[in-house]
Amino acid sequence: MSISFDSALGIHPYALSLWSRRAELLAANLANADTPDYKARDIDFKTALQQAQGTALPLQVTHAKHLPSAAGQLPGGEALYRVPLQASIDGNTVDSQVEHGKFMQNALQYQASLHFLSGSFKGLRSALKGE
Amino acid sequence: MSLFKIIDISGTAMSAQTLRLNTTASNLANADSVSSSVNQTYRARHPVFATVLNEFNQGAATGGVQVLGVVESKAPLRQEYAPDHPMANEAGYIFHPNVNPIEEMANMISASRSYQNSVEVANTSKQLLLRTLQLGE
Repeated sequence: MSISFDSALGIHPYALSLWSRRAELLAANLANADTPDYKARDIDFKTALQQAQGTALPLQVTHAKHLPSAAGQLPGGEALYRVPLQASIDGNTVDSQVEHGKFMQNALQYQASLHFLSGSFKGLRSALKGE
Repeated sequence: MSLFKIIDISGTAMSAQTLRLNTTASNLANADSVSSSVNQTYRARHPVFATVLNEFNQGAATGGVQVLGVVESKAPLRQEYAPDHPMANEAGYIFHPNVNPIEEMANMISASRSYQNSVEVANTSKQLLLRTLQLGE
């Protein structure tokens, strides 16, 4: 019987990369809270995770002017625009409080995925050692 | 790794908010510096923010903040008839800067809150990165 990393680690490596991508988007939203005409963005986590699990190997990009192939895009598809609850007069759709809450929640979810991954690695290691 | 980029993004936000705080401090400091002519009077300064979009960021539309420049307020100066003032011109008028102290105070609080937000975001990402480095230990 062989040990497959994919089945041992499950969904968590994909989830981890998506949480970190989402953290980047939310951080950009918070950074641009005072920029006129900035539109807040976020990803749809469920569809993004489904896409991430089905992606082929990405194309290697070695130069800033290389265009990524469709398969080489970051897992998680495109970032969607948030529908603002209260429109601001300067065209900015960032609600700092909402984004802050989502960022914190996202960080905790990242840590949860990390915890599960860590547990899987510990399990694999003890299986290899035969303890 | 997206988490490294977060620290860059928050860094740009922090520097932009520092500049905003800087101009606010300058405006408030000069709120009472009167002068005898329209051209020499201090005018309120405000930074203009814009997003730095990174098109080749592998399809991710995230970006930090950049300051396009600092513009002077076009609000009219306040003119006061004070013939006894040492700075008064021949007609007996002095000119006050177009700084609105209430607006500036609101600006200051907004800038400091945004700065705090960015610091917290950078700190959280740092902790997540450190935990990631300890994976499997």
